[in-house]
This record gives sequence, structure tokens and C-alpha cells, in this order.
Amino acid sequence: MADTPTLPNYRYVSRKRRTKEDRRFITGRGKFVADVDVPGMKHVAILPSPHPRANIRSIDASAALALPGVHYVLTGDEIAEGTNSLFHGLDLPNVKWYPLAVGMTRYAGEWVAAVVADSRYIAEDAAELIEVDYESLPAAVDSEKIIDEDQPLVHPEHGTNVLFRNTWTWGPVADDFASVPHTVSYRARWGRSSTVPIETFGVVAKWDDINEIMDVWASIQMPQYQDQIAGALRIPMNNVRVHNDVDVGGSYGVKRGIKHTVLVTYLAKKLGYPVRFIEDRLDNMSGGDAHGPDRIFDITMAFDDEGVIKSMKIRALDDVGAYPGRAPLQLGKPMTALCGPYRVNSIEYEAISVTSNKTGQVPVRGFGQSPTNFAIETGIERVAKHLGMDRVEVRARNLVRKDEFPWKIPPGSRYDSGDFHAVLDMALKSADWNALIARRDTLRAEGKLAGVGIATCLEPGGGNNIFEYLFNPKLKITTFVESVLIKVEPTGAITAVMCTTTSGQGHETLVSTIAGEELERDPDTIRVTHGDTLEALPTRSPVASRMAIVLGTATSKAAREIKDKMITIAAYDLGVDKDRIEYADGEFSVRGEPSRKLAWEEVTHIAHKQFHRMPPGHELGLQAYAVQQVPGGGQMPDENNEVPLYPCFSFQAHVPLVEIDPATGKVTVHDYFIAHDCGTAINPDIVRGMIIGGVAHGIGAALYEKFEYDGDGQLLAGTFVDYLLPSAHEIPPVADFEHCTPSPLTSLGQKGSGEGGYLGAPAAIASAVNDALAPLGIEINELPIRARDIEAAIFEKSNEN
Amino acid sequence: MSDYVEITLNVNGRDRTALVPPRVTLVDCLRDMLRLTGTHVGCEHGICGACSVLFDGEPIRSCLMFAVQAQGHEIRTVEGLAAADGGISDLQDSFWECHAMQCGYCTPGMLVASHALLEENPNPTDDDIREAISGNLCRCTGYQQIVEAVKMTARRRRETSNG
Amino acid sequence: MKAAPFDYVRATSLDEVCALLAGAGEEERKIIAGGQTLVPLMAMRMARPDMLIDVNDVTELAGIEDRGDHVAFGACTRQRAIERSDIVSGRLPLVAKAVRNVGHIQTRNRGTIGGSIVHGDPSAELPLAALALDATLALRTTGGSRVIPIDGFFEAAMVTNIEPEELLTEVRIPVWSGGRIGTGFHETASRQGDFAIVAAAAQVQLAGDGTIARAAASAGGVAPAPVKLHAFEAALVGKQPSEAEIEAVIALIDEEIDPDTDVHATADYRRRVARRLVARAVLDAAAEVGK
Repeated sequence: MADTPTLPNYRYVSRKRRTKEDRRFITGRGKFVADVDVPGMKHVAILPSPHPRANIRSIDASAALALPGVHYVLTGDEIAEGTNSLFHGLDLPNVKWYPLAVGMTRYAGEWVAAVVADSRYIAEDAAELIEVDYESLPAAVDSEKIIDEDQPLVHPEHGTNVLFRNTWTWGPVADDFASVPHTVSYRARWGRSSTVPIETFGVVAKWDDINEIMDVWASIQMPQYQDQIAGALRIPMNNVRVHNDVDVGGSYGVKRGIKHTVLVTYLAKKLGYPVRFIEDRLDNMSGGDAHGPDRIFDITMAFDDEGVIKSMKIRALDDVGAYPGRAPLQLGKPMTALCGPYRVNSIEYEAISVTSNKTGQVPVRGFGQSPTNFAIETGIERVAKHLGMDRVEVRARNLVRKDEFPWKIPPGSRYDSGDFHAVLDMALKSADWNALIARRDTLRAEGKLAGVGIATCLEPGGGNNIFEYLFNPKLKITTFVESVLIKVEPTGAITAVMCTTTSGQGHETLVSTIAGEELERDPDTIRVTHGDTLEALPTRSPVASRMAIVLGTATSKAAREIKDKMITIAAYDLGVDKDRIEYADGEFSVRGEPSRKLAWEEVTHIAHKQFHRMPPGHELGLQAYAVQQVPGGGQMPDENNEVPLYPCFSFQAHVPLVEIDPATGKVTVHDYFIAHDCGTAINPDIVRGMIIGGVAHGIGAALYEKFEYDGDGQLLAGTFVDYLLPSAHEIPPVADFEHCTPSPLTSLGQKGSGEGGYLGAPAAIASAVNDALAPLGIEINELPIRARDIEAAIFEKSNEN
Repeated sequence: MSDYVEITLNVNGRDRTALVPPRVTLVDCLRDMLRLTGTHVGCEHGICGACSVLFDGEPIRSCLMFAVQAQGHEIRTVEGLAAADGGISDLQDSFWECHAMQCGYCTPGMLVASHALLEENPNPTDDDIREAISGNLCRCTGYQQIVEAVKMTARRRRETSNG
Repeated sequence: MKAAPFDYVRATSLDEVCALLAGAGEEERKIIAGGQTLVPLMAMRMARPDMLIDVNDVTELAGIEDRGDHVAFGACTRQRAIERSDIVSGRLPLVAKAVRNVGHIQTRNRGTIGGSIVHGDPSAELPLAALALDATLALRTTGGSRVIPIDGFFEAAMVTNIEPEELLTEVRIPVWSGGRIGTGFHETASRQGDFAIVAAAAQVQLAGDGTIARAAASAGGVAPAPVKLHAFEAALVGKQPSEAEIEAVIALIDEEIDPDTDVHATADYRRRVARRLVARAVLDAAAEVGK
């Protein structure tokens, strides 16, 4: 651990400590949405469209309604009448989006009708009995054809399938291109994959018409959830109460079940009894609108004889599927670190978002950054190849140097801190790069294909999504707040209220560890609750690798305020000035007179119950709340469209060794080394799990996972038999090594760590596979790289020769 | 068709009865009728392993068995994995110590699979562990801390029996 | 993903099962043993039997018996029992190798050899090994029983030559006599434990001069049903088990396989990989002799 000696000697932070959440999970006592049992609730099943694109001529639900135990069948026409269209990130007034297809189905699997019944079993029986008369129509499937504008229109009222297209130029791109002797142009393609949590999305809703409260329990990870429910249902936002104490069974960005929620809340309100819809795996894969980026990059990099990259032009074409939602904005987040960790002087970026007759896309871990990082890293390998230079050396020459922070990149982000060269070096040393190359060469000598990969990656953390404004001028949102309330009971017990759900990130551990550190109280004794949305303070939910940064800093602020209040009370009670009070280990003592002191519990008792000992004018009780803005945010883009995005930048370097069986094309990842710097790790086990889990997810995207479609628009990978999540056999042991460059922008130097493994692994695996294939003269820049793709490339190459 | 059938299962050492239509899966019966919600549903087609339970001591997928088929058999779920004194078992404790989970959704199935492995093989290699949990998908952890937790349990048991 | 309604009978004897099958009339009555293939199909409503006849309590259907020239498996013998069986590892090492590739521990704990064969998945491992070794199948009805060769039993993907009123009771896999026998099993799947994209099974017996005296080979995932590679087997006899000799006859399998393209692989991929894995399986089998 290279730099840790210079760090403060924390009691709890960065120490090996058990998490708060795990105890309920190991005993089967988690409370997931499917565990929520509301008396009298009815169950929903969905009828999906078999057609990628079809007009709905009529729907006959009479047979379904006649089935005993069936209460209601809802169709698109009714819900379109009774609710407002769902929210899109882009300004698309003519792209209507409702929970059920209205008039036309726009992808195979789109929900056409919803049945409410006594059980899910009966609801499914009834869904089969609904008769729909479809007029099947040709579909728009291929995004490259779609930009040529000769495909059927997904949303005829919108007039085009191109939802967004714009080019930004930051810095002197033309001059920079003219100033250097070399360019490489290449295409990199990211297959349609997603995070696919093991828990599907689910929601339970109960409407209380007397108190006018819509209670919602959901497996949700989403900013502005309650706002959007209220907006769609046309009810005030304070009539919606989302219960944030529901454990979310994995999300990694995708648990955005707004259409599911509007469907269920509408039904609950209309029918007067609680309604529950838990997606089954088929609902989830084909109709849950939870696919991820599907992106084609065309990139040109300009560089000098030394391999120093001066400028790049990036075109990214992304297919968001039938209903865009927030998905097109995933072309915006990459602006945050558009040139990765490299010192690039200027960038041209064209972002194109098209709609197609495929399942909708949602935000996925990294919000577009992982595909972009893969595309950039592919370019670095190309530059090295073009110049015949070592690919590690090319990276080292272009990385931002330690003494250059804060470093501003052309689109405006300021990288806060880091030591990229030290981390790269740590990865190479930990992996024993030369020995790894020797192992590769031994495997090659045995007649196998083997390759060593290398990739670096920046993980922007913290949120501050003002890039949204560059896609939609109506979105002038310059803050992304997070809040915490800390209260100390008369007995001294501490409770912290956080304001959003958790899907595995360990927020209770985060908040209790930081509060415990600041207050010098054992985190195990600090209770952390998830306030419901009517009780809670402002939140933008745990997206964007932001909770350690924003919630963590909010926790520090609130805890420091508590401490300050207690010192004030103690000083008054002990009859000294505040600055003479020393606080340590739960005791407030007078400096130089250690016998004059008050215990923690005495001060909390005074604060709650002994008005006569309180300083005049001081608030009773002992509570503090903090609403934390994203550090460094708050500005609108300037006239050059430059704006600081995301505050904190974690960094990693990945080094895998892979072997390929030339007979089958099958890739085996033997070893995986990663060096990682996310500043101060609040809980090392949580950080480690995030990194390794992210790597596993990235290996999935690189080698296995794809929502494959046929040419007509039928989804071919709608089950776990066809969409392949890697198992313990496919994920190698990952050796992770931590470096620490504290962020200057956060309370304890912490940065984000939830996305990093996933952002770097696809590039690293592609690098390793291509290193293995290099002796054959083969390069594959399309993910996922499957056995059949490799075998076919080898076969074609052998035919050429 | 589909009349209700009364079944008696021995779940976590207790006889439990339920009235089920034949088509109700074992996992739905455990969760919805017996309210043992520790066992989770992930795919309902036998791939993810979230619904793993012990059936007469062997791990199976409870989404691939109808509850009526379990009549008269012994079922053990995550709720029944506790130590003899009612506290958490050494395996559960190792999962906690190693932070062998994140969201916790696959955890009950992982515990069931790991429990069965250690019953059969007290000294598993890393490969044995990966094989034993390969029918349980985890999307959070990348499996490593789970492998470490199972190894830790085996090591602790060896140390206890040697000490 | 909930099955359509059905009636359920838990049978306790072969006669009861056969009577229920015989009395089906217009109903579709299906046997459920392990359920590892049937239940997912029912959950997706791709299968919707009117009645399930549970044979798990029919004691005659379980068990592994060494009968000298063959090993008999009760149709309801679990894959996990086969994996753990000393009889199988000692007498039918090819089956032992195959079963380790079947699914995962949880599915092997329920899945049965009979179910695996009757469902006829084109890439399932146990049918492949049984086919390579010329297994026979004992089928029973109320009227009597018949024993048929497994070769010819698989008709198409998920379609087998079993009559609706018939129950598979036993799978008999021959044990070769003599020594100098080796086995090889190779498969490639997207993930370990998945159904094979291509699988190959081989067993050879070598003569004293090292040439192949007897050969059995089959391939899976390369046709609508598992394929016994007759011409290839015949051509191997008398050959030295060298890469070059096998390479010289491997093209014979092309005539016997008929692969398809699906989401996992193209037909061309399956065709090329089949050649390589079949060759590998034979080479491995030969290399095992004398070890």
C-alpha cells in the first residue's frame, strides 16, 4: 500500500470491519420487494406482444375476465387516458411512452395488457386468454440503417428515428490534427448487454383514498422516482410515499421500473386494493425496458512519432430501443472523462441516439462510460501497433502526471487528483508483467493462443449531470444533492437517517462508519435507517458512484455539527469557552484540567431534558442534517459548452492473462490483476467486492452477454439459457491492489468505487484476447467476443493464407 | 383439475402443512404459503440457483419442483441453517466476515450450496468450491469473497477439531 | 412463469404408472422424474400436460446394477448417483466423464438418466455417451415390454421414439470386454455446465500393435438429435490412433451430422468444431490406454 502512511490514522474508516447489512442477508432476513406482504393484495401478469412492430386492431379480454379469480384487465388505451406520458431525458414531445402499448406495439415483448387476479398463477392463465388482433409491420432493427432514414418509423408522430444528433468540438481539433504526423481510424462496437440483476424488478402499491397516500414498495434505484410517479398519476408529490427500506436485489443502475410502477399505482388507485407486480424473468428480459447501451464507435486519433495523442474525433451511435427514457443521456456522461486518463488537447464528439424496434434501454453501471472506455483503450492499442511501440509505454506517455492535478480536459471536467503512473506501475509490478508475458509465451510455445491484456480506466464519481443540458436545454439541473439526518437520543444512542434505497453498496456501513469516525463512537452501535420519501430529505439516489462522495461528505458534515453542538453545551455547562473543550473517546473535558469533564451521555441528557443547563438560545434535542451538493458542481456550461462534470476521479489499471482454445475459440481468463485508487476506502471489504464484482460484470460484457436480435426484431436471448451471466467457473481469481490518493474535495478523501471494475474490464479482456490473436494477424473490436467469433476469424484467416 | 392438495413437509425440522394446487412450485409454497421468504426467486427456469434449498440433505432448485412432490420430504432453507444454539452458523459467520455478498439476493442459495459442499467435502479446493457454487449466479461479487468465506469455514472447522 | 394447471398423481409401482399412461385417452399425461427439463418447459407453458405422473417413489426405477456385459440403470437414477457410483467409474468411464458435464450439482441431484434420454435434447451428455456405447432401452406398457437400441431412438430435437403409453424403465449400457480400452469426452459450452454447443464422446480398444481394434464415437449439438458416427467408427478400425490417421478419416463425420445455426453458434462453427472435438476425444481415448 504505497501512500497509506501519509493518511490519517483512522479508527474505523479504512479498517477491516464487518458490514452492517450482511447480518440480515446471511440469515434470510433481508426484506426484498417480493417479501412485502400487504394484506389483500392482488397480482399482476402481463401479456407481451409477439410482434416487433404491429398495429393493435383490437383487444378482447372477455374470456380472461370470465376466469374465476380475475379482477381486471388493463389495456394501453385506458392507461394512456388516465396517466401522463412517462419522462424522457430528451425533449421529445411526440414520443409518448406509457406502461402498455397504445395503438401500436414497438418491440417484441412490449406489454400489451395487464391482468389483475388473486394470484400470479391465475393472472397468467388469464393473460393467455386475451385475444389481440395485430397487424404485423416491418421493424426498424439495424442502427446503421436507421441513421440512413430508410427504416420504418418507430414513433411516426416524431417523424424520424433519430432522437438526437449533435457534434461538439472542444479545443483546436483541426489544428491539432494538422500538427501531428499520424492518425489511426477504427471502429469499436459494444453489444447490447445490461446488468441483469438476479432479482427482477418488482413493485407493490397501496392507495389509501381517505388519507390520499400512495404507498409504494419497490426494488428501485432511481432519482426522481416519486416525482415521476406523482407526475404520471397527476397527484401531488406529497401523496406518494416510497418506502426506502426495501432491500434491492442488485441494480447497478437498471432498477428504473417507472413504467411498472405507474402501471401498478394506477391499478391500485383505480381498483381500491393493493396491487403487486413482480416481473418474472421473461417479463424482465424482453419487456422490462432494462437493456443497456448498444453502441458503434468510429474514432480517429491523431498522435506524434512518440505516441503522444494530441486530439481525437469520436462518433458514437447508440440504439436506445423503442422508448428512450433517460437512455440517450448515456451518451452524455462519457463527456466527463471523454479522453480517459490521457492528456488530450482537443476532442470532437458526435453523439447520435436512434430509436429502434427493440426493448428499451436504461442507465447501466457507469452510464455509458464502460463502452466509451473500451473504445478509447482500443485506440491506445491501435496507436501502439501503428508505431510499433510498447502498449504500456504508450499509455504511460499519455497519462496525466501526478503534478498536473487538478487537470482540466477539453469538455471541462477537472480531474481532482490521482497518481496514474504509480497505479499503472503497481498493476504491472503486482502482476509481475514480465513473468506474465513469459507465461503467455510458454503457453504459446505449447501451441496455445495466449494473451496478456492491459487497460486503464477513469471512474468519474459524484454525479452532477449538467451534461444533460447539452442534450436538452430544458434540463438546467446543476445540482445532485444527497442528505443525511443524524440524531442523538437522550441516552446517547445515535441514529442516522439516510434517504434512499440500497442495492448492495453498503450505505448503512458507509454512514455508520463515517459518523462513528467523526464522533468517535463505535459504528456498530449506530443505527442507520432509510427514511421514506415523505420523511426523508433530498436525494438523487445512489447512482453515479456518488454515495461515498456525497452521502459520505453529508454524513461528516452532520456529524461534525453534532459534535460542535455537544462541545457548545459542554463548554457552557463546565463554564469555559468552547475552544477550551477537548473531545475524545466520548468525553468532553477542559483542556489542561482533565478532571473537569462530561461524558457523552451526560451531554445528550442535558440537550434533551435539562433546559436549565443549556446555553441560552440553543436548540433543544441533538440533531443535525446536512444536504450536500456535489463538490465543485453548480455551474451551467459556458459558451464553448465546457463545464466541470463530476467531482472525483478514481483510477485503475487492469492486467488479465487469457488463453484461447484454437479448436473452439473458447476464452479462459486465467489471472486478473487490478490496481485501484479510489482515495480513502471507507470500508475496504466493500470496495474490494465492488471492484471484483465489477470486473466479473465486465468479463460478462466482454465475452458472454448480449441481447441478440434477429433481422426481424425478435429477441433471441430472452432467458438465462441464452443471455449468459458468468458463473464462478468463468470468473478467475482477481488480485486487487489498493493505492490511495485522497480526493481534496470530500470529507475524508473518499472517491467513488461502484463502477470502476466494470469500466475497465471489458477493455482489458479485449486487449488480452487481441494480444492472443495478434500472432495470427487477427483483431476483434466488437463485444462480446464469443468463441464462435474467434473461431470463425481464425478459420477465415487460415483460408486466406 | 388443479384441486387443492394438502401436503406435509418437514421444513427446518418442523412439520408444516399447506394446501396447494399441484402446479405451485416448492419455492412459491415456501415463500408465499409458509412465509419463509429467505429463499429467493431469480429465474424460475433452473439457471440462477437463487431458490436453492436442501431436499433430504442435497441442494436442489426449488423452482424446478412442485410442492406436491416434496410431500413427506425434509426441506432445509436458509432460515434453518443456524447453529445448534440458534445463533448464526460458522458458515454464515464466515460469509459475514468475508463480506461474501453485496445485495444479498443470491446469498441464501450460496449458503445452501456451500453448506452442502462442506458436508460432503470438509477440505474443498478453490476449484471444488467454484464447482459447488457454479449453479448459483451472483451479479455483485465476482464470487471471490464467497470462495474465501467457504475456505474460511473449512479452515475454522479444521482448527476447532484440531484444537 | 407459472405452469398451467394439471392433475398430479404420485405413483408407487410400475403397474400403476403404466395403467395411468394407458388410460390417458385424449389427455396428455407425462411422467415427471427429476423435472429438470420438463418443469422449465412447463413454466414457460411450452409444455402443458393434463396430468403429471410422479415416478420418484417407484422403487424399481432407481438403482445401478452391474450385470457383467452391461450396467443397468433404473430410469429414475439420479445423475448425481451416477457421478458418485463406483460401478460407473469402474465399468463405464465414458459415462462417468460425460455425467460430470451435466448441468450443476443442484440439477444433477434431481435430474435422471431416463429423463435425460427421453427428452432427447440434441446436446445432452448422457444420451450421447449411451449412444456411443450402443445402449439399449427397456420400455414398458400395460401390455408388456420391449427392449430397443438407443440408436434410432432420437428422432429430432426434443422428440424421441417413445409411445405415449410407454414408460422407460431401464437404460442398459454395454461394458466392453477385454483390456486396452480408453475413453475420451470433450465438449464446448458457452459456460461450464451449460448444454454443449458441440460434444464428442469416444471409446476405443487397442490391439496389441497399437492399432484401433474397436471404436465407438458420437457427437452432440451437431444435428437435431445426438449422432452415432458409424462410418467414422468403422474407418478407425485398423488405424493407428495418431493425429494424422484420425485427420485422414475425420471428414467422414460430415456426412452424418447436420448442424443448425442458433443464438449460441453457427452451423459452420458446429461443423468445424465437431471434427476437432471428435478427433480429440478419440486421441484422448487412445492415450488413456495403458495408463
